Amino acid sequence: MTEQQALYKYSLRLGDNALILSARLSEWCSNAPFLEEDLAVTNMALDLIGRAQAMLKYAGEVDGNSKTEDDLAYRRGERDYYNNLIMELPNGDFAYTMVRQLFVSTFELFFYEELQKSTDATLAAIAAKTLKEVKYHHLHAKDWVIRLGDGTEESNRRVQQAVNQLWMYTGELFEMDGTDALLMKDGIAVNAEHLKMGWIQMVTQILALANIELPADGYMQSGSRMGIHTEHLGHILSEMQYLQRAYPDATW
Amino acid sequence: MEQAQDTLLREFEEKIECGFAIEPKDRMPAGYRKHLVRQMSQHAHSEVIGMQPEGNWVTRAPSLRAKQILLAKIQDEGGHGLYLYSAAETLGVSRDELIEQLHTGKAKYSNIFNYPALSWADIGAIGWLVDGAAIVNQVSLQRTSYGPYSRAMVRICKEESFHQRQGYEIMAKMMAGTADQKAMAQDAMNRWWWPSLMMFGPHDSDSPHTGDAFKWKIKRHSNDELRQKFIDKTVQQAEVIGLTIPDKDLKWNEEKKCYDHGEINWEEFSRVIGGDGPCNKQRMEHHISVHNEGAWVREAAEAYSAKQQYSKNV
Repeated sequence: MTEQQALYKYSLRLGDNALILSARLSEWCSNAPFLEEDLAVTNMALDLIGRAQAMLKYAGEVDGNSKTEDDLAYRRGERDYYNNLIMELPNGDFAYTMVRQLFVSTFELFFYEELQKSTDATLAAIAAKTLKEVKYHHLHAKDWVIRLGDGTEESNRRVQQAVNQLWMYTGELFEMDGTDALLMKDGIAVNAEHLKMGWIQMVTQILALANIELPADGYMQSGSRMGIHTEHLGHILSEMQYLQRAYPDATW
Repeated sequence: MEQAQDTLLREFEEKIECGFAIEPKDRMPAGYRKHLVRQMSQHAHSEVIGMQPEGNWVTRAPSLRAKQILLAKIQDEGGHGLYLYSAAETLGVSRDELIEQLHTGKAKYSNIFNYPALSWADIGAIGWLVDGAAIVNQVSLQRTSYGPYSRAMVRICKEESFHQRQGYEIMAKMMAGTADQKAMAQDAMNRWWWPSLMMFGPHDSDSPHTGDAFKWKIKRHSNDELRQKFIDKTVQQAEVIGLTIPDKDLKWNEEKKCYDHGEINWEEFSRVIGGDGPCNKQRMEHHISVHNEGAWVREAAEAYSAKQQYSKNV
């Protein structure tokens, strides 16, 4: 693998994470528990599409095959997608979506803080902009997890259940492979393993405020680094890519 | 007592006559308040129910840019719903009550959203025609006599004109595209044109609500005047991109300097308003089920806030 190939894959991975999570969040549009929250969740989906656009555009430039961000989003099969599995899981109830947001945005808080310092100027610039947005996503998710965890018996039960179900997908956030190793040598990529302690501490603290128990260490599901996904990703792509696939000659 | 009432009414009407805005704490006749609550809540509900047909295409938007524009537009509509609910609340009715009225069928929403969004071109047609028709009405409402309503309209109009241009852009792109895209665009035009004309309501001669609304300057232009304005500006826009208006009787009237149009199917209009349209049940069931499913979240938020309040006080 050359550094160019690694950078392509790295940008693609970050772009895919944003794209697929935005697809899930946008499903809340006209489905949220009340109007203000409908707007808030849509707002986060919009931030994520913007990030996906920037990352995929960069991936296309690095690759040099004159593929646009839309080509990469709409004409790629699921085995070539590299988003973490947690992004593609169905929304579940509002507690499930908020717990996922908490896990992901806490990770991103640490991740983009580091990526800002990347020696790759484009990644550093996207990271700086992303960090501002992620701070808000994190605050929003944290408030909701605490509010629901410490709300009623039912809401506490739902949050606990979401935490238990999502836990096995959190290990993947910190996984690294040859791509990361190669890019880290030149200070381009973030050492994700180093972020784990901070993440655990912050999540533990927030879950304690929410009266939620931390699951015991257990099996962690993995696969996305090799493009092996859950059964759900194919359905997201079938919907998302429908028009581009059905009318390949059309521009929209 | 009656004399005092008469004096009040006279003072109120003089104020309106002189062009003053009525503000929430001003005295106003019960009929004025009732008319406004009905109209503003209908308007708010329309914004919110209108999120559904557009939401139907969010996951299938054909490019990242298209998805961004569509999501942002739906978000704007939700925001309009919020301003309008808040504006209606200044008249002493809560959002919960208004939603309750919607669910029991006492309050209505714009009939246009009882039609389905079937293809991507429908997203263009909704932005261009439906928002286009709404703007004509809303521009006129910027000068409505109730202050909070008129101010909400000023802000809403700015955003709606973006939506209209974005909708037109979708149609223009499709009309410049492949044969399939052109067919989709014309099909959307054929299905949305007449319901868009119906958005302005019955002909002036058949409109039941106009009397006091005019006198109190809630309404500044009649249904037919507004409809005519919409037709005149839209026909040319359609021609520019090669869309045909599905009305064989549409023609330029040189004498009146406006377009004459064919007969609107008022039977369809009353049938759909009466509940028998393609999506009436779907829209309402969706709103009710989402509202009910979200109850545990709202209860939890209230319980949490009560706990916080309690620990603050102890």
